[in-house]
Amino acid sequence: MNAEKETLVVAESSPTLITLAPKKHMGMRTKNGIGSTVIYVILVLMSVIWLFPFVCIFLQSFEINRNSELINPGSIFPVQWGWDNYKNLFDPNGEFFKDFYVMNLDINFNRWLLNTFIVSLATAALQTVIVLCMSYTLSRLRFKGRKFLMKFMLILGMFPGMLTMIILYRVLADLGLTQQNSIPGLILVYVASSGMGYYISKGFFDTIPKSLDEAARVDGATRAQVLFKVILPLSKPIVIYTILTAFMGPWGDFVFAAYVAFNNKDGMNVAVGLQNLVSGTTNIVDKYRVFCAGGVIIAIPITLLFLLLQKYYVEGVTGGAVKG
Amino acid sequence: MEKYVGLEFLKLNRFQRFLYKFTHFFLGIPNWFKNLGLAIWHLIKKIGLAIKNEVLDLIDTFRKGDWKTRVSYVVMGFGNLFRGQIGRGILFLAFEALFLFYMIFWGGSWIGQMSTLGTQGPEEVYDTVYDTYTTIYHDNSFKILLYSVLSLFFIIAFIYTWRLNIKQAKIAQQLALEGKHLRTSKEDIRSFADDQFHKTMLALPTIGILVFTVLPIIFMILVSFTNYSGANNNGYSNRLFTWVGWTNFQEILTWQVGGTAYSAAFGEILGWTLMWAFLATFSNYFLGMLVAIMINKKGIKLKKVWRTILVLTIAIPQFISLLYVSRMFADNGIILTWLRQLGLASGSFSFIGTNANPWVARFTVVVINIWIGIPYLMLIATGILMNIPVDLYESAKIDGANSWQQYTKITLPYMLFITGPYLLTSFIGNMNNFNVIFLLTGGRPDNPAASGASGTVGYTDLLITWLYKITMGANSEYYMASVIGVLVFVVVAVISLVVYNLMPSNKNEEDFQ
Repeated sequence: MNAEKETLVVAESSPTLITLAPKKHMGMRTKNGIGSTVIYVILVLMSVIWLFPFVCIFLQSFEINRNSELINPGSIFPVQWGWDNYKNLFDPNGEFFKDFYVMNLDINFNRWLLNTFIVSLATAALQTVIVLCMSYTLSRLRFKGRKFLMKFMLILGMFPGMLTMIILYRVLADLGLTQQNSIPGLILVYVASSGMGYYISKGFFDTIPKSLDEAARVDGATRAQVLFKVILPLSKPIVIYTILTAFMGPWGDFVFAAYVAFNNKDGMNVAVGLQNLVSGTTNIVDKYRVFCAGGVIIAIPITLLFLLLQKYYVEGVTGGAVKG
Repeated sequence: MEKYVGLEFLKLNRFQRFLYKFTHFFLGIPNWFKNLGLAIWHLIKKIGLAIKNEVLDLIDTFRKGDWKTRVSYVVMGFGNLFRGQIGRGILFLAFEALFLFYMIFWGGSWIGQMSTLGTQGPEEVYDTVYDTYTTIYHDNSFKILLYSVLSLFFIIAFIYTWRLNIKQAKIAQQLALEGKHLRTSKEDIRSFADDQFHKTMLALPTIGILVFTVLPIIFMILVSFTNYSGANNNGYSNRLFTWVGWTNFQEILTWQVGGTAYSAAFGEILGWTLMWAFLATFSNYFLGMLVAIMINKKGIKLKKVWRTILVLTIAIPQFISLLYVSRMFADNGIILTWLRQLGLASGSFSFIGTNANPWVARFTVVVINIWIGIPYLMLIATGILMNIPVDLYESAKIDGANSWQQYTKITLPYMLFITGPYLLTSFIGNMNNFNVIFLLTGGRPDNPAASGASGTVGYTDLLITWLYKITMGANSEYYMASVIGVLVFVVVAVISLVVYNLMPSNKNEEDFQ
């Protein structure tokens, strides 16, 4: 009833609407202009808020005056500019870290960087293979137990991952893969259960038309040939997405990595090392500056890599979420 | 309450509709539980029937089988081996030999000790040669539990393989009887690239998940029924521990303030965890969507620049950004310094410090989480918004809908429909959002009412950070950590089941292909 009435009203008043149209259009335009201005203001404000911590980290990494917070409280700009924090960071035996050794804090940034890089590369390579195997199979092959496997992994995912940390540590310790040998241990653990994270790439494979597989099968291709000759060439975005996320993961992990390294400076990754640096009970003001310097050194290459491959990341995230 | 259908429902006004849906949801709960019970009953019945069929088939195969098939019941792979399928036969036989070898020499004794988890702890023995006391380790409960679980895995795998071997023998016998071609080993190998391709692909991932996820989870569930803690042994468990039944669960679920105070802490933290997950999920969801709509609006320039700036928070590792942000909001951090200079904050005001007001700290954490969460949501929402058919908006405009109406009638329903599953996963992800809480506040400010034998508990602690604190604490009560882990699983599973059943978008995955 109501809807009928409304259309009637519109029909009756439409002639007047047409005559008014140019004027109304103008009004809309200025309204749009105001709207756009408001949006620009909000976006600029947001950009400032979003960039602010990063700018601070960057600026603070160049501060070399120990008492800057007393001299100029509330300023984000360094009182005295210099490269000292970076120099200290790469010089574990230098004067700066003497205080830390008293506190039994071990510093070896060079080693941490190398460790993290090795873990990241290995994880990126192996995890990508595992995730793609899993997601491809679940998406495009039909076999007995497929639904069961997916439900089973869904249920497994409901357990907090941290729960398994204790036992995984013990297993790694029995294998001799902890402390200074933590690198292979970390790679093993990161890669081994990575098959559970198949959702996003499965979502991608689901969108490739099945008729492609069928056509290839009719032409006599085996299932393996379908994967390598037909699907894989089409899957560049998701392969890059998987490599990118797998590579970035180890740079941020500090919980399990800290547990496995067990306070051994040679077994730490950057996240654990730098986190130890600031969370220790020492009251050394400069440690934050050194932390910032370390943060800048890690963040710059990762950010550049990320921005370079941003397109693929966006495709992966949106595709995965839309498919659910 | 009567049920409205079709027009009757449409006649109701908005408020009545909402009331109707609301009451129906709650009236539906008993029915829902009934259905759940029925589903479980059907599952049990199905499993029982499957086992019955398997047993019947085993008997049937034995009766109808020739001597080669019958020998397969004891010597695995015999039926394949003597019908020319040498590869399969040897594999079966090797597996059986390995299993028996393992069981006789190790597995049997591990499983034998499983009921007690070891009886003889470490003892100090006087060493006459060096004139000192040395510790001699006997039973190790941790190893006994771990290896007996492994042995049970092995037994299940053996039973499955044994059954497979009999099936294979039966098939081979039948095919030989009908004079058909039996697959040779070469063909077997080739089939792993073709009709058995899924097995090749899944072998590595599933073994990894089995050993590094399933085994630890089963182990930790078992630990929640023991008294395993790291006290006095530096995390190395040469001390014995034993089964205690449901005691740990009783301790945490029986409401009791003071004393060990696990239950009080659990209640407090569970409440905040759920509230946090709700606030974090929906604040990010709606604000992220808003930002996406703003950036995607026609006529807004530099779209790529805005997006890139926001996306930086995803690129830079959280331990850098969050640790620094936590320092910015700390008592002597830059934000408070500025507010004090402007006269907007008193000297004692604190965002996330030890003396902060609990609700201020909680609010601050939610707000900072928005800083982290908006970029993800912005990306996801952008992808979805671009998929909404433009003609929907055009016809809405012709009908005279303003932009708010377009949003509530087109954009929002579409988004909610598509992202329903995502909302659920993100809710669960936020429940277990360790990084944000641990790096920002570490659980502070402390909650004296909830702290106790379990160590200090903070107002911003989530179940997951509490679990971590207990594990890393002075006493390392692994058993309590496991109980909390199991309870987190129960909560998550219940929420998922309820929400999944309410969701309109229970999509069929084949629809897209």
